[in-house]
Amino acid sequence: MIAELGRFLLALALALSVLQMMGGWRASGATATLAGKVSANAAYAALVSVVIAFALLIVLFLQSDFSVAYVAGHSHVDKPLFYKIAAAWGGHEGSMLLWCSLLVGVGAALAKFALNHDVSLKFRAVSIQGGLQILFLAFAAFTSNPFDRLVDIPVQGADLNPILQDPALAIHPPTLYIGYVGLSAAFSLAVAGLIEGRGGAAIAAALRPWALFAWSALTGGIALGAWWAYYELGWGGWWFWDPVENASFMPWLIAAALIHSAIATEKSGNFAGWTCFLAIMAFSLSTLGAFLVRSGVLTSVHAFALDPERGLWILAIMTIIAGGGLALFALRSGKLGSGSGFSLSSREAFIGANNLLLVTVAGTVLFGTLYPLISGALGDTGISVGAAYFNFTAAPFLAALLILLPLAPFLPWRKQGFNRRLAMRSAVWILAGVLAGIWALILGATPIAVGAAAFAGWTLAGIAADVWHHRVIVGMASRFSLAGRVLAHAGVAAIALGAVADSTGRPETVRALAVGETLEANGFMLTLDAVQRADGPNYLADEARIGVTGRSLTELRPQRRFYTAGETTTREVAIRSGVGGDLYVSLGEPRTRDDGVIAYEVRASFNPMVWLLGLGAMLIALGGLTAFVGNVAAARRRQ
Amino acid sequence: MFKLVLLALVLQSVELSPGQEIEAVRLMQEIRCVVCEGQSIADSDAALAQDMRLFVRTQFSLGAEADSIRIALAQRYGDEVLMRPRMSAHTLPLYLLPFVFLGVGALLIRTASRKT
Repeated sequence: MIAELGRFLLALALALSVLQMMGGWRASGATATLAGKVSANAAYAALVSVVIAFALLIVLFLQSDFSVAYVAGHSHVDKPLFYKIAAAWGGHEGSMLLWCSLLVGVGAALAKFALNHDVSLKFRAVSIQGGLQILFLAFAAFTSNPFDRLVDIPVQGADLNPILQDPALAIHPPTLYIGYVGLSAAFSLAVAGLIEGRGGAAIAAALRPWALFAWSALTGGIALGAWWAYYELGWGGWWFWDPVENASFMPWLIAAALIHSAIATEKSGNFAGWTCFLAIMAFSLSTLGAFLVRSGVLTSVHAFALDPERGLWILAIMTIIAGGGLALFALRSGKLGSGSGFSLSSREAFIGANNLLLVTVAGTVLFGTLYPLISGALGDTGISVGAAYFNFTAAPFLAALLILLPLAPFLPWRKQGFNRRLAMRSAVWILAGVLAGIWALILGATPIAVGAAAFAGWTLAGIAADVWHHRVIVGMASRFSLAGRVLAHAGVAAIALGAVADSTGRPETVRALAVGETLEANGFMLTLDAVQRADGPNYLADEARIGVTGRSLTELRPQRRFYTAGETTTREVAIRSGVGGDLYVSLGEPRTRDDGVIAYEVRASFNPMVWLLGLGAMLIALGGLTAFVGNVAAARRRQ
Repeated sequence: MFKLVLLALVLQSVELSPGQEIEAVRLMQEIRCVVCEGQSIADSDAALAQDMRLFVRTQFSLGAEADSIRIALAQRYGDEVLMRPRMSAHTLPLYLLPFVFLGVGALLIRTASRKT
């Protein structure tokens, strides 16, 4: 009964989205205020029904109702409560419902908050968003309905992949999806602006807060995923340039370019067409991300769903979104107006360079990710493009970004900005760069990493100068926007330094240890004191007690778990974090030696200053949110 | 006799100097594990990855260069083991395209700057 109600509510949300689209379209043309009311209320009603549908799906998981195919495929009677709830978005159908809920949420938010001074543009955007909702709700209802029933009802359920049963990964998809789907608001506003024939500045101002918010969420989502990969996959890595990771990195890069170019467009009308193009591309790449992850076209470490038929559906949706958006752009971008031109050492020029580098990296990642597919389709198998290629190609562009970043806030709009004062000021930053380079040299970094550290040091000094120079500033909104800029830029530098430090880590030490034996890793002595059983609610586990002597005395307890329902084994690493870095220990298979003694494979490594990466990601997300608040406050005051 | 020595050499795990070990691990991160989709042999638990790691270590201990080991691995397991593809007619677009993006973009910015 609950499943049938959920199915009905999903269909209802679809019908209401049609009403929202048609009402919004009418309301934007003439002075039809009734149509506007209908459209907005349809958007709110659609949100209510899709949220209730999602709640019903969670109820089905709590009841372990295995007559529902999706629940049977992703839950198990023995699973802990929290993961029963999280499993609601742990698989394809449920995550699609989550995607739809957020998409409808964005529609309702547009109807409520966006552009109350420009009703015509507002309702055009609400209408476009309604169209997006129809595409995805239809996809969910017809090909991926989480409420489908099974004929043969299983007793227990197949369980969710155990490595996904993890707190960080439970909140990773919702956060990431808020980012992906949040970009749909920028898409709808840009498309609406093109249809309405608005100038670039108006469109940029309208979409900037939405893009800022979505980009912050995307940052958080990606960071949670990287953190999870770091401690759950058990290899100590945090970024693998896996196709799935690339799928989230591309919209992030494009959105980062968008929030910068939108500033220039709003200020001086420059890059108007480019800003609209980025807004269309950002959501198109988000959809492509869903396509890459969910279709299984690219096999990767975490392609959890293998279903090419659905992939074809998403491909069709993507063609409508990207193709339609870009065709409209080609037809209508003439109305956006062109900017007034700028000097090549003005703020605009540097924002242009920022966009050039970010988009080049995004393009390279996109092409590199798809290249094996393309060359495979041309009959040339046997090319793989992996982490080594992406590091090699992306690093120079990202380094160039670090060099240009601190200069931009000191440059004037439009006018030529290089002068003696800026030269003197930035000369001091070189000193900070040299210091950072020496730091990396002491850590034992490669020449490339030493260079990267030096650039990051230069960047940090420039950011500090930005704060100092602009300390006397008028108005709350400007303060927020300065704080947002500084926080996010500092986060970028912190991530660069973290990546440098991480690259200096020594290879892991792997030894088979019997109880009482010791291994040495990076100055730490690790002794296997005991191995005991530590079974959990739905798994069996061996837990090693490893005494660590070195700079301080601690005990680490890595586990090796066996999940009975899915018959899979996982490693739960133990990490001792410190300012210097993380001591990272995992427990592997036991083996019997010739003399009958059981020895356990123990892997230990020391990962220098990983916290810099987490700090950097937090600063970026916080910076984005701060800028968002400042932007909203400024918009309120203007009205 | 010679075969036996060779076998012993392969079976025993190879101890490398710390410098060589770092170089070996760096190379392993660039070599894809053929049976495990998208992971490098440094990150994989698969038996084949263990064999390939041993091969890399053995070659380094015999004084081979990273590049020659790369070529040897590509000949044995196919080019798809190289996560950074070799420059060739087939992979040229991968290395040219970033520069094309950069060039086209720079031209666009120049055009935008000249509008009055």
